[in-house]
Amino acid sequence: MENFEYFAPDSLDALPGLLSRKRERTMVLAGGTDLLDMLKERIVKPEKVINLKGIAGLKGIQHGEGVRIGALTTIAEIAADAGLKREYTVLAQAARSIATPQLRNMGTLGGNLCQRPRCWYFRGREYVCLKKGGSKCFAPEGLNKYNAIIGGGPSFIVHPSDSAPALQALQATVHTFGPQGEDSIPMDEFFELPIDNLRAENVLEPNEIITAVSIPKPAPGTRSAYIKFREKQSLDFAISSVAAVLEMEGSRVRDLRIVLGGVAPIPWRSQVAEDELRGKKLSDETIRRAAEAAVSEAQPLSQNRYKITLTRNLVARTLHQLAAQG
Amino acid sequence: MAKWKSLKDMSILSTAYPRLDGMDKVTGRAQYTSDVRPAGMLYGRLLTSPYPAAKVVDIDVSRAAKLAGVHVILTNLLEGKAVRYAGQPVAAVAADTPEIAADAVDLIRVKYEKLPFAADLDSAMQEGAPRVFSDRENIVAARRPTQKGDVDAGFAAADVVVDATFRTQVQTHSCLETHGSMVEWKGEDLYVYDSTQGVHSVREGLAKNLGISPAQVHVICEHMGGGFGSKLQPGFYTAHAARLAKKAGRPVQLMLTRKQDFLSAGNRPDSLQKLKLGAKKDGSLVAFSGTTWGTAGIGRGARVRQPFIYEIPNVYAEHHDVYTNAGAARAFRAPGCPQASFAMEQLLDEVAEKLNMDPLDLRLKNETNATRRKEWKIGAEKIGWQRRRKTPGSDSGPVKRGLGLGASIWWPGGRGTRATMTVFPDGKVEVRCGTQDIGTGTRTIVAAIAAEELGIGLEMIRPLIGQSDFPYSGGSGGSTTAPSVAPAIKNTSEKAKAKLAEIASGFFGASPEDIIFENGRVYMDKSRKKSMSWQEICQLLETQPITVHGEWVEGLSSAGVAGCQFAEVAVDTETGAIRVEKVVAVADCGLVLDRLTTESQVNGAVIQGVSYALYENRLMDPITGTMINADFENYKIAGALEVPEIEVVLFDEPERGVIGIGEPPTIPTSAAIANAVYNAIGVRLRSLPMTPDRVLDALYAQPVTRKED
Ligand SMILES: Cc1cc2nc3c(=O)[nH]c(=O)nc-3n(C[C@H](O)[C@H](O)[C@H](O)COP(=O)(O)OP(=O)(O)OC[C@H]3O[C@@H](n4cnc5c(N)ncnc54)[C@H](O)[C@@H]3O)c2cc1C
Ligand code: SF4
Repeated sequence: MENFEYFAPDSLDALPGLLSRKRERTMVLAGGTDLLDMLKERIVKPEKVINLKGIAGLKGIQHGEGVRIGALTTIAEIAADAGLKREYTVLAQAARSIATPQLRNMGTLGGNLCQRPRCWYFRGREYVCLKKGGSKCFAPEGLNKYNAIIGGGPSFIVHPSDSAPALQALQATVHTFGPQGEDSIPMDEFFELPIDNLRAENVLEPNEIITAVSIPKPAPGTRSAYIKFREKQSLDFAISSVAAVLEMEGSRVRDLRIVLGGVAPIPWRSQVAEDELRGKKLSDETIRRAAEAAVSEAQPLSQNRYKITLTRNLVARTLHQLAAQG
Repeated sequence: MAKWKSLKDMSILSTAYPRLDGMDKVTGRAQYTSDVRPAGMLYGRLLTSPYPAAKVVDIDVSRAAKLAGVHVILTNLLEGKAVRYAGQPVAAVAADTPEIAADAVDLIRVKYEKLPFAADLDSAMQEGAPRVFSDRENIVAARRPTQKGDVDAGFAAADVVVDATFRTQVQTHSCLETHGSMVEWKGEDLYVYDSTQGVHSVREGLAKNLGISPAQVHVICEHMGGGFGSKLQPGFYTAHAARLAKKAGRPVQLMLTRKQDFLSAGNRPDSLQKLKLGAKKDGSLVAFSGTTWGTAGIGRGARVRQPFIYEIPNVYAEHHDVYTNAGAARAFRAPGCPQASFAMEQLLDEVAEKLNMDPLDLRLKNETNATRRKEWKIGAEKIGWQRRRKTPGSDSGPVKRGLGLGASIWWPGGRGTRATMTVFPDGKVEVRCGTQDIGTGTRTIVAAIAAEELGIGLEMIRPLIGQSDFPYSGGSGGSTTAPSVAPAIKNTSEKAKAKLAEIASGFFGASPEDIIFENGRVYMDKSRKKSMSWQEICQLLETQPITVHGEWVEGLSSAGVAGCQFAEVAVDTETGAIRVEKVVAVADCGLVLDRLTTESQVNGAVIQGVSYALYENRLMDPITGTMINADFENYKIAGALEVPEIEVVLFDEPERGVIGIGEPPTIPTSAAIANAVYNAIGVRLRSLPMTPDRVLDALYAQPVTRKED
């Protein structure tokens, strides 16, 4: 990696003075499981790295009217929290599916939401693709079996986070801190498509950080689940995943959110799939229709058509599983 | 002819005992190549070409040379300035720290003239493809075709004929310890700490490369983290390290980075196989024809061993190596065999289906090996072959199960090893043998054989191996190590025993031939009336240890291995995921020296076979001609959760002596899995690896459940 200046402030107040408004000049460090890789591969070359771990108040899970999770809470803590497992099942399951025990012990929630894409062209320093300021995206003509089938263009990354689809399905809010002080952004508005923002994956300004994520208390009758498909069980990102939260009223679905992971440049909330089920009963037929709808927007590249079949089947599987919980 | 004791007389050999250096390995005490760091050592690093085909026009090291901590930069690594694969070394630096070395490499400016490339099999085989070597075609016939009988007549006489095209992928060795060396000049002598499968071959090769005498080269490999064939030959990195060290006047460590290891340190060639097989109604195979291609990158040796194990009267098989702009292949656990097995065993199953015959019966019908004939039956019973679905794909529900099988084979024995043994007056015994332990447990069996022969405990033996200054032994490849080393150690031990027997006979007043060494004691004769302890007889040596030399002798080992495997899989037809639930591996092993390490070899081979069947795949980017997945995130290898239940059946035939076990059990795994997948879903997967995208594509092109007929 290149040399950089290292800072370890102990309060948020120090951040505005340290963080630059210019992207990639300064970077924050949490667990480092992603940032260190990027530094070593020289994909990013910041002048300053600011460690957040010494800042008080950014860690921990507080249950109350809903739940608030500090940005520096580890993925392992989220996966193990009894309250989350009980009431926010989709999140606990998503956390449990991330990477390996070592990485879950080091990686944090804030870092998981802000991790950079895994597209192999992006990660290889010899490929100067669009996302890195180059002139073309390599994916369409190149090797694209893991790339996006929905929402792609001009970059076809998929968002790698497992926690993000779960949080979005739970209607979470991201709390931030920047030069203007604190702010809150609903998860539905946190991520940005490449067409709107090519060089970053979310709306955070370079000099802002995530301080916490809060989730409203689920309505009575809520069931949720996260199903992730990966090529192998030991350490793998999602090829496709489904976060589903159903608010049931008797046997009817009063409201729901279905968010897909691993298939689009952002966690993909499938409103068309939700529309197929809202107000209806869960039956083989409604589930089939919702699953079809979830992939109706898909436009595969040359090697990832299978992800359509896969995602359709996963949506159906998740909904069948939740239906069986009734 | 020499003979092993009978099993019932053995107290160590043929039992299960842990490897001697296991504790050192798991506690981190074991010293691997990169752990050897003498004072003043520098860190070497290679600059490699990012382009698959190019000419180096200029190398500017001025900025790198100015970097504090940089000692030497070499810019003459390429012969003739031609780059033929991405990852080919171009320049090398030695610096005070690994970080400075990496920075220095980054500061070297190389001007390349980029050239058109063909980085994978298909593009290299195309009409008008860029040539990898300007003076040669890309497609070259490997050797004369294999011909036997009359193929046309054979097919004409066949009742059923099947033909199909199969593909297997390039697999990289992916040794946990990357390739590398630490070298140190001491005067005219060069000391090389190397992660190698052949301390002697490195000595010879390196001496030649550097133009010095092998007598000046001392190669040492105490422990190593995997080789699988890729570390049999002297490494280019060792030669570069030696030059850096010479110029710097300091020791130099040069380990390849993981990415360099993927690109330049060897692989198993891929294959494209167009095969045809004919059989009579009764199942006897009558004709085979096949054309195969495969790429060993810029190297040679992609041959697919067809028609695999099958003895067929009429055969025509031709093979072509195809040059590509990619790193050269190297020997990889049973070269040429897993490719052949994957295709041929599926073809046999297709014949069986057409004949409405059980695939196992078809194998038995054509089996010519007496050992394997017994093994088929054992394996079938262990897996519960009668549970195999009569109609493929007939399970209800999305997850469908199936059973499949495949055979294995291996040829070489091993010979040529020499050893010395010194018995010290305090009773300790040192064995020196220039073999090396590549993780298979060689060190442990060296000690165990000596202990068994001398009738003393393992703790009395100091097995010294892994040095080219020790008596000659060959490279650890071709599953030859145990059959080559074990007889030599036994022979050496016998010679030591003979010397001690003379001393004992003088002491007891008995005949030397009658002396018995057993349970840490030396007995006068069968009557066991008079005896002394091992320590007592060794004390009689006073100040003069005895040293004897021994060598490989006939009769204690043999060649030729047969085996078979059965797999049970569960295929999730909604996701395309294949889960291998169980593998029964029947391994032909002659005399088992250590049941634990033998089983461990079979386990490892099956795991590597599962990984080959389902996950591993070197992917070449068509745009840049580089390997896109040169990391352990995207070059997928079976992890702990992918490992099936493995039932190892050691089919021992002690009367055959020691045979090699390392390679054969990796051969049939992918075939057994592929046949099981067909049995589960009724759709054949003819390409490796059998990844979910391929399973889904295959399934959704056809109805999931086959029509019953
Ligand atoms: C081998 C491997 C496998 C993985 N598998 C999975 C997987 O299956 N599923 C999955 O979801 N993830 C996976 N990951 C990603 C992993 O979960 C993330 O690396 C981790 O969660 C990031 O957390 P961190 O604290 O280590 O982040 P860091 O590496 O410290 O930071 C990551 C990025 O986020 C920024 N950042 C960190 N914290 C904040 C903050 N509070 N505010 C603003 N920006 C911030 C950093 O500047 C950096 O750009 C995997 C990673 C690896 C290396
Ligand atoms: S998908 Fe995005 S990251 Fe990948 S090559 Fe295209 S632009 Fe680069």
